[in-house]
Amino acid sequence: MTAYVIRRLLWMIPLLWAIITITFILMHNVEGGPFSRERPLPPATVENLNRRYGLDKPVISIDVWNSQYGNYLINLAQGDLGVSFETDQPVSDLLWKGFAVSSQLGLMAFIFAMVIGITLGTVSALNHNGPLDYVGVFFSTAGAAMPNFILGAFLIVIFAVELGWFDVLGWGGPPWKEFYNPSAWDFRKAVLPVVALGVLPAAYFARITRASMLEVLEQDYIRTARAKGLSEWVVVVRHAIKNAMVPILTVMGPYLAFLITGSFIVESIFSIPGVGRRFVDSVVVRDYGMIMGTVVFFSVAIAVVNLVVDVLYAVVDPRIRYS
Amino acid sequence: MAQAQAIEQLDFEGVAARRERGLWSDAARRLTKNRLAVVALILLVAVATLAIAGNYVDAVQRYDPSAQDYDHLREGPTWDHFFGTDNLGRDNWSRVLQGLLISLEVGFGVQIFVLAIGLFVGGTAALGGRLLDNIMMRITDIAYAFPDLLFIILLRSVFQHRDLPLVGGRTQELLLMIFAIGFVAWVTIARLVRGQMLALKERDFVIAARAMGASQWQIVYKHMLPNTLGPVIVAIVFGIPLAIFAEAVLGFVGIGLQPPTASLGVLISNGYRYIQGDIWMVIFPTSTLAVLMLCFTFLGDGLRDALDPRQR
Repeated sequence: MTAYVIRRLLWMIPLLWAIITITFILMHNVEGGPFSRERPLPPATVENLNRRYGLDKPVISIDVWNSQYGNYLINLAQGDLGVSFETDQPVSDLLWKGFAVSSQLGLMAFIFAMVIGITLGTVSALNHNGPLDYVGVFFSTAGAAMPNFILGAFLIVIFAVELGWFDVLGWGGPPWKEFYNPSAWDFRKAVLPVVALGVLPAAYFARITRASMLEVLEQDYIRTARAKGLSEWVVVVRHAIKNAMVPILTVMGPYLAFLITGSFIVESIFSIPGVGRRFVDSVVVRDYGMIMGTVVFFSVAIAVVNLVVDVLYAVVDPRIRYS
Repeated sequence: MAQAQAIEQLDFEGVAARRERGLWSDAARRLTKNRLAVVALILLVAVATLAIAGNYVDAVQRYDPSAQDYDHLREGPTWDHFFGTDNLGRDNWSRVLQGLLISLEVGFGVQIFVLAIGLFVGGTAALGGRLLDNIMMRITDIAYAFPDLLFIILLRSVFQHRDLPLVGGRTQELLLMIFAIGFVAWVTIARLVRGQMLALKERDFVIAARAMGASQWQIVYKHMLPNTLGPVIVAIVFGIPLAIFAEAVLGFVGIGLQPPTASLGVLISNGYRYIQGDIWMVIFPTSTLAVLMLCFTFLGDGLRDALDPRQR
């Protein structure tokens, strides 16, 4: 197991290197540079700016260590993500600021998805082929096919514009240290983005929970538990759900990574200053430092979460062995 | 008791009759039994017909999608403008139809691109020996590790304002869009094809075919490809809504097709701008996109159930 984890971690290094290199090449092929404007800046200014941010060096050259690419790799190895050209602030600061918001939104959406998804899936499975099952299956299929900007539009139109229950501008969460203090939250702002982001994973979790529960309920040990005379509640909660959780766990990880690293659509719709929206902004203005930083951040986050999930999977299900 | 019932329910005659049908007619029969999938398929054909007619038949299109009319700004639905007008007085009906056709073209176009690369990479990995397998799978790993939408956005910005050899105009715009979206999407197909072919290689009927002296090409073409196709088709159908969604996202964040061409994403993002005062501009394109995605998903579900006999 340890060997497996180490091998996976080591494999992440060339993977990350490949991603960085490809992104670097692509990014420098986007038309225009970070300082091209509608009305061009004076050449002397551009030259100074280029020198300031190390853009006067060749992008990639034989003399690797004296190129932008080489410098980026060296800095990155030392944990320095560079500076955002647009704001002149360190990229890591900006990423953390965005992540503080995105991770809150993502975590809430994740909790929402888990509660709704697992409840719905379990109810569906227990009511197999009954009316509740059809409702559950319809929700899980329809929800999985609804991109969040469709859902967002309907949520805003119904709950914010027509009914006026919620606001749509900005994020209502407090700073992380006050996360557990309900009065620090602005629920008028927080509810809609969480729902818009959470419905898709909720639908997905519901679907997997249902399938997994149906399988588990057929097992001999469930029959044994029933034969022992245990109440239906104990059978379901103690014996069935626990075992049905294993497949759910595998999909949870990637979704958690996907949710907390920021969804730029939901963030754009609700004007939430998260990581996802920063990436889109940085591509549009060709903020090289920010583009690279976000890609590195996302790739590492996804790779690490996937690894953690694989390990957890083996912990939960002892039949799984990695070699 | 339960067992006796189960045996009674087994339709032996049906089983015997089914043997004579091929894989595909069997699957088609099962698909037509799935009401939701059939409805989705009919709806899709209707929508596609409408989209094509709406772009080439003036009577359906009714207005030029980019003609501005400053006397009718941001109007709700009327008999003159079925879907209302936008902030420049353009007719939303014709614009939604234009966007619909683009969505469909991108959806299918991406799948053709993805299928070509996926089959090639997956097939080479499964059949080309260890070294090729290793190389192909490492490439797949890298493509898989990329954050999808980030990469699509980046690629799209690289491709913007670029020229392709041979084709120009609208085709070129669409092709560049398809390349950007398809560049990471092939991974699923490649993995699927490889896994499927590796498993098939060890199956008895392939070994039997080899023992009877069938050539490698014959085995691949006659025995392995048809058996790989089922799951691949399902993945392709599920891939269509994803590609449509990706295109809408690009339009939504402002790096879609060149204006004034309207894709659904562009319409939606424009609609969001006026959502507080005027809900119609966002409702129609989002509903259209929702119908499109739902239909493809239901159809995909139906196909999966029809093509995978083990799930019955």
